Amino acid sequence: MKRTIALMLLLLSWSLAAGAKEAAPVMGDPVLQERVMKLAGELRCLVCQGESLAESHSDFAADMLRKIRELIEQGKSDQEVKDYLVQRYGDFILYRPPLTSMTALVWFGPLILFVAGAGLLIFNLRRRRTRVTEAPLSEEEQARVKNLLNEGDSKA
Amino acid sequence: MMRYLVPLAVFVVLVGFLWKGLQLNPGEVPSPLIDKPAPAFSLPQLGDQTQKLATADLRGKVWLLNVWASWCESCRAEHPVLLQFAKTGEVPIYGLDYKDSREDASRWLQQFGNPYVASGFDGDGQVGIDYGVYGVPETYIIDGNGVIRHKHIGPITVQVLQDEIVPLVRKLKG
Repeated sequence: MKRTIALMLLLLSWSLAAGAKEAAPVMGDPVLQERVMKLAGELRCLVCQGESLAESHSDFAADMLRKIRELIEQGKSDQEVKDYLVQRYGDFILYRPPLTSMTALVWFGPLILFVAGAGLLIFNLRRRRTRVTEAPLSEEEQARVKNLLNEGDSKA
Repeated sequence: MMRYLVPLAVFVVLVGFLWKGLQLNPGEVPSPLIDKPAPAFSLPQLGDQTQKLATADLRGKVWLLNVWASWCESCRAEHPVLLQFAKTGEVPIYGLDYKDSREDASRWLQQFGNPYVASGFDGDGQVGIDYGVYGVPETYIIDGNGVIRHKHIGPITVQVLQDEIVPLVRKLKG
C-alpha cells in the first residue's frame, strides 16, 4: 500500500513537472504574441494530439507558432491563417471542426441522442399510465377490504 | 423479447465502432493533399548546391518523395528498405531533406548509402510545411500529372511496399 502511494505521488510529481514546461515564448510585440497564442490555442498539435499548439512544446508546435506569427506579420487575418494550415494539415488541426457532411454527426449526434432519449422516456411514461388503469372495486372486494382493515384495527 | 434485443443491438453496434477504432492509428492524420496537385517547389540539391530539384522537372513520370532527415531515428529504420527498393528501379525516389544541416545529411548518406536520385535541401522546413509534414519519415506518391496520390506516414517497411506502394505505382504507370 505504501509503495502504491509512493508510486502515485511520483507519477503525480512527474505530470506536474511536465505541465510546468511551457511552449517556447514568442519574442517581441506582446499584442502580436497574444494574437498568435490565442490562435494557437484553437489549433491542435498533430504530434501530441491531446494538446493545442499553444500548450505543446514539441518541435512541430514551435515551427507552427513561428509560421503563424510570420503569416500574421504578413497581414493575414486569423481566418486566413487557419485556412493556410487546414489546406496543408486538414481539418484535424482545428479543435473546432467545421460543419461538413463528415462532421455533422459530431455536431448533431448529442442532440439526436437527447431527443431520442427524451422521446423514448415520454413514450414509455405514457404507455405505463395507460397500462395501470384504475378499475373500480366490486362490492365483494369492497367488503373484503373493509374486513381486512377492521381486522388490523382490532389487533392493535 | 424486444426489451433485451434493443440494448443488445445497441451494444453490438457500439462494440463494432470501438473495435474499428482500436485498429486505427491516431497518429495517422489523413492528408488533405491526396488527389491534389503536389505543392510546387524548386530547392537546391543536397550534394551539388548549384543543381535544383524542382517538381516541374518531374512532370510526366511517377515518383516518390521521401521526407527524411539525419536526426530522424525512424529514417534509419526505413533506410535499408529504401536502398533495396531503389535498386529494383520500380520507381525513382527523390528525397526531401527536412530541417537538417547539409554536413550532417551528406555524412548520413555517405555512411548508410543513398537511395535517392536526388535530394532537395529544405533547411528551414518551408517545403515540409507546404506538404503538411508533421512527422518524418513521410512518403508521397506523385503521378505523371504532378498529383499526390498517396501519403505514407512513418517508416516504410517491406510490408508497406508490398501492400501500398508497389501496387499503386504499377497502377499509375499503367
